[in-house]
Amino acid sequence: MAGAKNHDYHILPPDIWPFIGSMSALVMAFGGIMWMHPDVFGSFGSLVFAIGVGLVGLTFFTWWSNVVKEAHAGDHTPVVQLHLRYGMILFIASEVMFFVGWFWAWFDYSLFPQPIDFADGIATNMIGQEGAEALMQWPPKGIEVLNAFELPLLNTLILLCSGTTVTWAHHSLIHGNRQGLITGLWLTIILGVVFSAIQAYEYSIAPFPFAGLNYSSAFYMATGFHGFHVIVGTIFLIVCLARAYKGHFTPKQHFGFEAAAWYWHFVDVVWLFLFLAVYVWGGWGAPVH
Amino acid sequence: MTTIAADGQILDDHAHDADHKPAFFQRWFMSTNHKDIGTLYLIFAIIAGIIGGAISGMMRMELAEPGIQYLTTWVGSGASADEALHLWNVLITAHGLIMVFFMVMPAMIGGFGNWFVPLMIGAPDMAFPRMNNVSFWLLIPAFLLLLGSAFVPGGTGNGAGTGWTVYAPLSTSGSVGPAVDMAILSLHLAGASSILGAVNFITTILNMRAPGMTLHKMPLFVWSVLVTAFLLLLALPVLAAAITMLLTDRNFGTTFFDAAGGGDPVLYQHLFWFFGHPEVYIMILPGFGMISHIISTFSRKPIFGYLGMAYAMVAIGVVGFVVWAHHMFTTGMSVNVKMYFTAATMVIAVPTGIKIFSWIATMWGGSMSFKTPMVWALGFIFMFTVGGVTGVVLANGGIDDNLHDTYYVVAHFHYVLSLGAVFSIFAGFYYWFPKMSGRHYSELLGQLHFWIFFIGVNVLFFPMHFLGNQSMPRRYPDYPEQFAYWNEVASIGYVIMGVGVLIFFVNIAWSLVAGRKAEGNYWGEGATTLEWTLSSPPPFHQFETLPQIK
Repeated sequence: MAGAKNHDYHILPPDIWPFIGSMSALVMAFGGIMWMHPDVFGSFGSLVFAIGVGLVGLTFFTWWSNVVKEAHAGDHTPVVQLHLRYGMILFIASEVMFFVGWFWAWFDYSLFPQPIDFADGIATNMIGQEGAEALMQWPPKGIEVLNAFELPLLNTLILLCSGTTVTWAHHSLIHGNRQGLITGLWLTIILGVVFSAIQAYEYSIAPFPFAGLNYSSAFYMATGFHGFHVIVGTIFLIVCLARAYKGHFTPKQHFGFEAAAWYWHFVDVVWLFLFLAVYVWGGWGAPVH
Repeated sequence: MTTIAADGQILDDHAHDADHKPAFFQRWFMSTNHKDIGTLYLIFAIIAGIIGGAISGMMRMELAEPGIQYLTTWVGSGASADEALHLWNVLITAHGLIMVFFMVMPAMIGGFGNWFVPLMIGAPDMAFPRMNNVSFWLLIPAFLLLLGSAFVPGGTGNGAGTGWTVYAPLSTSGSVGPAVDMAILSLHLAGASSILGAVNFITTILNMRAPGMTLHKMPLFVWSVLVTAFLLLLALPVLAAAITMLLTDRNFGTTFFDAAGGGDPVLYQHLFWFFGHPEVYIMILPGFGMISHIISTFSRKPIFGYLGMAYAMVAIGVVGFVVWAHHMFTTGMSVNVKMYFTAATMVIAVPTGIKIFSWIATMWGGSMSFKTPMVWALGFIFMFTVGGVTGVVLANGGIDDNLHDTYYVVAHFHYVLSLGAVFSIFAGFYYWFPKMSGRHYSELLGQLHFWIFFIGVNVLFFPMHFLGNQSMPRRYPDYPEQFAYWNEVASIGYVIMGVGVLIFFVNIAWSLVAGRKAEGNYWGEGATTLEWTLSSPPPFHQFETLPQIK
């Protein structure tokens, strides 16, 4: 402080948003619990949850707005930019481990299936000869799966394509071509939205319900968390697009964009594993819807 | 460890405005200062430790003699016998979760890590000072959710009675009501806090070391926090996935762990222990780091085998990820899998042995003085070794078939935690308390605290080995007559330990009021790391001119 600072690190003034964000997380978490237990907490759970989500969203918005302002104020020296890079890589590493959990469940069920029969929306455990036969069966006996080579393959191509358009945007940015950056981002965002729309449509026509079965539990939660990450990545790219219009990025300094692109590639790679492990291999041999 | 000599001019950092502190609310609720956030973490850990310790006091009261003594009273009139027994489950769950997530981790990583990682690497603060504060403040809602869960329905009675492992199906179909959901979301928030903290520590350590401080010149405490942060980063998200599955199984009809829908309860155990085993190293590695500094300081010698010590911690961290199923030997796994997990687990004894022997070799021929931090460190080495040896016993799949879920296991993990991790926390606390507060504590009270606590915890936990060998199972509030003797002894041990803890608080109070002012390096020439080049307490912003490491 007071001009004594003789290094390039970013020393921040006190800030209220970490406190607000944490308390918002409490409102959100407790609202969720209220919502799940109306018998104990009454019927305002969804409202409290929504307020919590709104406050958490407000925290994110303000926090990152402040980061952008600090970037423009010149606080992001080369070493601070390096911090941001490390931070993003490490965050993505932790996200990878989160998906490891969901894939673990998927492979547990598919490699070591239980004797189970699924009929009329209800799963029943089978015993005896019938059960021994069903034990060798994955997906569980009686369910139809989505055809991996229809919409899921299309979605694979869409995400791969969006990986190239985001690279297009990046190269345009590096070469100082703002119009190319904006076009590339628009295309990437559109592809992301189309992907989410196709996923939503496919959920609506899927031949198995959400509840009651290991196959559908792992399918919907794994692809659903991926879908959530696609939406987050799309929002991140939309923020970058807005910043591109405002001219925030320079060919030399544009880590906000790069972080969004890294995140987008991470989401893309998770999808490739989901496509192969869940849609193609995981549904192999089952009747197709 | 490589001796680190810094430029002498740092001490007069005061000259500028570096010591200007914000007003109370800004300073403690809006902090972006690693030392203040470290202090908040330490205060939080002490409060959580008092609550978790009080709960274990209730447990030792109940267990002091056979029969149900107090549970029916505590649960209140009009409650059924089952509700009284459920209260027992709530107590053991709360004790475990509080001590792990809200006492040991905040003290070691949040408290000492925040305070001393930047100081030891010659950095002015953490890489992400604002995110540092959200890591702390997320613990408050997490703790509130966990404590609050005790007052809402959790199945048989109020509170989450699942054990700290939250195993399905007890935690799913076995615990109707919001209590377990509150505990789950508490863990989500605590996990988010730790992941953000881990990102912050790794970035800080890799990017903000003072010029000239290569990784191989970095103090061992910083190494220990680096390894710990990687364990947190990679293990906690898997727990997050597992408890999210619990949440959807409980509330949204999925069947991840419900065999009726093809789910697999053992899957939960795999996911939990893939996190849970690295977690036990998360709780002990920073202690290893602190003990190295203390042994070196009070032997007036550099640590023996610095690089071996650093890479032993890396090895423990790496191997710690591939041994998880030794917590699950009795789930019906095949003999081959058991053999693998037995062998892999025993491998960890090698780097751990390297550490123990290097600490002994550091003391060998040293000019030793037995100040308070040193006696705690010696207590740590002795007691942690006992816990390590019983760990090698339990690592054997065949022996574990008999000892699993007995008091032998309780004895084992309390020797590595209550007598390992907690001893290292006290050692670090006495080592650095004058540095943090600027006041000396009473050496007499410190020694008294150590000896009473040392005797107390050994009387408390050593008999549990005997109880376990006599097959007394864990997690029961009642037991037959044959286990009465050693249970009574253990409860007496708790009281002795409690007296020790009281002396600790008296000591803190005394030193804050009447303690002698501490100079910059009050330990003398044995203390060689960068925090000793600063005043006690250090200026609000230190190292505004970065130190040069030779």
